[in-house]
Amino acid sequence: MHIDIKAASLQQKRQAYKHLAKRFGEDRPASRYEEGTLDLAPEANFHYRPLWDADHELYDKTRSKITMKDWYALRDPRQFYYANYNITRAGQIESVEHNFDMVEKRGMLTAIPAEWVERITFYLLPLRHYEWGANMNNCQITALGHGTALTAPTCFAMGDRLGIAQLIGRIGLALASNNETALNAAKDAWVNHPDWQGVRKMVEDSLVLEDPMELFLAQNLALDGIVYPLVYGAFSRESDRRGGAAISFLCSFMNEWYEETGKWVDAVIKVAAAENDENKALLKSWFAIWEARAVAAFKPLSVAVLGAEAGAQAIADVEATLKARAAKLGIA
Amino acid sequence: MSVTAPKKLSLKERYRILTRGLDWTPTYQEPAKIFPHAEFEGIKIRDWDGFVDPFRLTMDSYWKYQAEKERKLYAVLDSFQQNNGQTAITDGRYVNVLKIFLTAITPGEYQAHRGFAMLGRQVPNVGLRIAAQMQSLDELRHAQTQIHSCSHYNKYFDGLHSFSYQHDRVWYLSVVKSFFDDARTSGPFEFLIAIGFSFEYVLTNLLFVPFMSGAAYNGDLSTVTFGFSAQSDESRHMTLGLEAIKFILEQHEDNAAIVQKWIDKWFWRGYRILAILAMMMDYMLPKRIMPWKDAWDIYFNEAGGALFGDLARYGIKMPNTAEVANKEAFRLSTETMLTFYQMGHASGFHSWLPSEDELKWLAEAYGPEWERLYLPRFKYFRELEAKGEHYYNPSLPQLCQVCQIPMFFTEPDDPTKICFRDTVYNGDRYHFCSDGCQHIFEGEPEKYVQAWLPVHQVMQGNCGGATIDEIRKYWRVEDGEDNYDYVGSPDETMWKSWQADRLKVGS
Ligand SMILES: [Fe+2]
Ligand SMILES: [Fe+2]
Repeated sequence: MHIDIKAASLQQKRQAYKHLAKRFGEDRPASRYEEGTLDLAPEANFHYRPLWDADHELYDKTRSKITMKDWYALRDPRQFYYANYNITRAGQIESVEHNFDMVEKRGMLTAIPAEWVERITFYLLPLRHYEWGANMNNCQITALGHGTALTAPTCFAMGDRLGIAQLIGRIGLALASNNETALNAAKDAWVNHPDWQGVRKMVEDSLVLEDPMELFLAQNLALDGIVYPLVYGAFSRESDRRGGAAISFLCSFMNEWYEETGKWVDAVIKVAAAENDENKALLKSWFAIWEARAVAAFKPLSVAVLGAEAGAQAIADVEATLKARAAKLGIA
Repeated sequence: MSVTAPKKLSLKERYRILTRGLDWTPTYQEPAKIFPHAEFEGIKIRDWDGFVDPFRLTMDSYWKYQAEKERKLYAVLDSFQQNNGQTAITDGRYVNVLKIFLTAITPGEYQAHRGFAMLGRQVPNVGLRIAAQMQSLDELRHAQTQIHSCSHYNKYFDGLHSFSYQHDRVWYLSVVKSFFDDARTSGPFEFLIAIGFSFEYVLTNLLFVPFMSGAAYNGDLSTVTFGFSAQSDESRHMTLGLEAIKFILEQHEDNAAIVQKWIDKWFWRGYRILAILAMMMDYMLPKRIMPWKDAWDIYFNEAGGALFGDLARYGIKMPNTAEVANKEAFRLSTETMLTFYQMGHASGFHSWLPSEDELKWLAEAYGPEWERLYLPRFKYFRELEAKGEHYYNPSLPQLCQVCQIPMFFTEPDDPTKICFRDTVYNGDRYHFCSDGCQHIFEGEPEKYVQAWLPVHQVMQGNCGGATIDEIRKYWRVEDGEDNYDYVGSPDETMWKSWQADRLKVGS
C-alpha cells in the first residue's frame, strides 16, 4: 500500500552525487550519462603492479603520451551509457532485419550480375577482418585507456565493430546462398591477395600499438576515416551502377553508424588537441603517419574496384575530406 | 558465382561462421606480440579451437535482448523516482545495505568490466574473446544500473554520495578494492579463474541472495528490479566461468596444479569479502531472509560440493580452507558486526545494536555456543548505550596484509582467541588474519608486500592527517551525518518524520 507523504517532509538533501556536484560547481540534478560516466574509474591508491606491466599502475595516465588535466573532459556528445547505447542499436538492428527481409523477399541479391557478386566478395567481405581488428583495438583502449569518459564509449565501439563484422558476414552468407564459400574466398583474399596486404599489414601493426590514444586516433579517425567513405560511399555508388544496389541497402547501417560515431571521435580528438601544444603536435604526427598509411593501403583496392583513374580520384577525394576534418580538429 | 536459393543453416553453424571465421593467423606481426599475456602464467593450451562457446550470441541478438531488459528496468526506476519508492522500504536502517553495496560492490563491477575487456583483447581465441567482451559490456551495465538505482536514495539518505572516491580510500573498502586489483593485475587465466570461476560461479549466489532477496523482503523495488534484470547476465557469466575452467583443465594435465592453487587463493579471498555480507544478512536487513550460516550451507556446501564433485575427475579438490569457513559459519557475522559497531565513528554507514527480537532470532539460528559467547557482549554494549556512552574504539586496528580486514577473526577451533599469523619476508614481519591469507602471501610475497594498507598509510601521513577529523575529511565521510549509530542520525530523523506523516495521513 502506498501512502502519500507530505511534500514538506520529502525535502531532498542533495540533488546529485557529490563528485558530480563538485564538477558542476553546484548541486544540480545529473543526467544518467553523467552519473554513469564521470569519476567512475579508480584514480588512486592502487595495491599491486600488474604482472603484465610492472612499469605502470593498474590505471595509469602515463600509458599515453597525451596529457590531460582532466581525462573526463573527453566527453561523448551522444551521451551514451549502457542502456541508451543498447536501445539505440537495437532500434537500428530492427531496420537492418527489415532490410534483409526485403532483399530476400524481392530476390534482390539474385538480380546482381555474377561478376559483380565476385567484386563484392573481393572488396566488401574481407572487411569483416578489418572490423575484427577494430574490435580488438577498441577493446584494448577499453582495457588500458584512462577515464571512463573515454573507455565506456570505446567499449560500446568494441561491440559495434563486432556487430558490423557479423553484418558483413551475414551479407557474405546471403550472397552465397548461406554457403561459406564467399566468406572463405574473402578470407583468402584478406590473407593472400596482394591488393589486401597493405591493409592487413596496417591492421596487424595497429594491434601492437602501445599508446591507447595513438591507437584511438589511428583506428577510429585515420583508418576508419578512409575506409568508411571509400567503401560505403564510393564503392557503394559503383555497386549501385553495376546492379548491386541491394548491397548499399544492406550496408546503410554502416553509413548511419559512421556518421554518428564520427561525432564522438571528433569530440575526443578535438578536446585532446586543444588541451596543450604537446598534445596537438603528437596527434598531428600520429595522424600524418596513419592517414598516409591508410591512403597507401587502400589505393590498390580503390583502383581494383573503380579502375585506375576513378580509383585514384576516389581515394584522393576521401583523403581530402579526411584532411579537412582533421584541420577542423586542429591536427592537420 | 551467382546467388541461388539459400540453404538451411543451423544456429550453431551460423554462429560458427559469423564468429570463428573472423580471426586469421597474423604474419606481419608475431602472434606473441599481439597476444603478449597468453603464456607467462604457464598454462598450457594444446588446441585453442577446443574452447566451446557457451552461449552462441551474435552482437545483434545481444543488443536486442539487453535493450529489452533496459527498457523494462528504467521504466521501473523512473516510476520509483516519481512515486518516491524510497518511502516504501521496511525501515530507514535498510538503506545502509545500499551504502555498502554502492561503495563496495559497484566499483567492483566496474573493475570486472575493465578486467573482462583486458581478457577480451588478450586471449588468443575468438570465441573466448567475444564471451569476455560481452561480459565486459555486462559489467559496465551492472555498475551503471546500480549507480542509477541508488541515485534516488542518494537524494535523501547520507552515505551514498561519494562511492567511487571512497572506494579508493576508505579502510574497509580497500578489502574489496585489493581483491579486484589482485585479480586484474594477474594474467588472463588467473583473472578468469578468480572472477569468472571462483567469484561468479562459486560465490555469486552468496552475493546475490543477501542483496536481492534482502531488497525484495524490505520493499526496495529499485534494487530488486535491477537484481532480477542482472540475473540473466549472471547466468551467462557463470556458464563462461565453468566452461573456461573445464577447457583449461582439459587442455593439459599440468594445468591442474596451477588451477588448484588459484582456486584455493580465490576461494579464500572471495570468502573473506563475504564477511560483510554475513553481517548484512544477520544484522542489517530490517526483515531477515535467512541466517548467514544457512545461506552458506545451501550455496556453498551443497551447490559447491556438487561442483567440486564434478571437477574431481580433473584432479581438482575443494579449496583447502573450506573447512575453516565452515567452522567460522556460526560466528562470522557477529565478529564482523561487533567490529563495525565499534568503528562507527570511522565508517561511511550506520551501525546499531540488534533488538531483543533480533537477538532471539540469532540465538535460535546459531545455538547455545553463540549465546554463551556473544549475548554478554551485546548486553554490555547496551548498558553503555543506556548510560549515553556508546563504545567507539579509538585505536587504529592492525590489518591483515592480504585481505586487509582488521585482525578480529578468531582461531578456527577457539572462538575466544584472536587468530594471528605472521611471516618474515626480506627482513620485515607481515601479519595475517588466518592460515588462508598467510598461504596466499607466501605464494606471491613480492605482490602482497606492495599492498596499500589503509592503516599504514594513515600512520605514514598519506591520508589527510593524524586526527580522525582529518582522516574522515580525506575519506569524505561527513562527520555526524554518514557515521556513528543509526540511532540519532539524520537518516533516522528523516525516516521518523516520514513515518509521522504517514500516521497523520492514515488517521
Ligand atoms: Fe556483475
Ligand atoms: Fe586476511
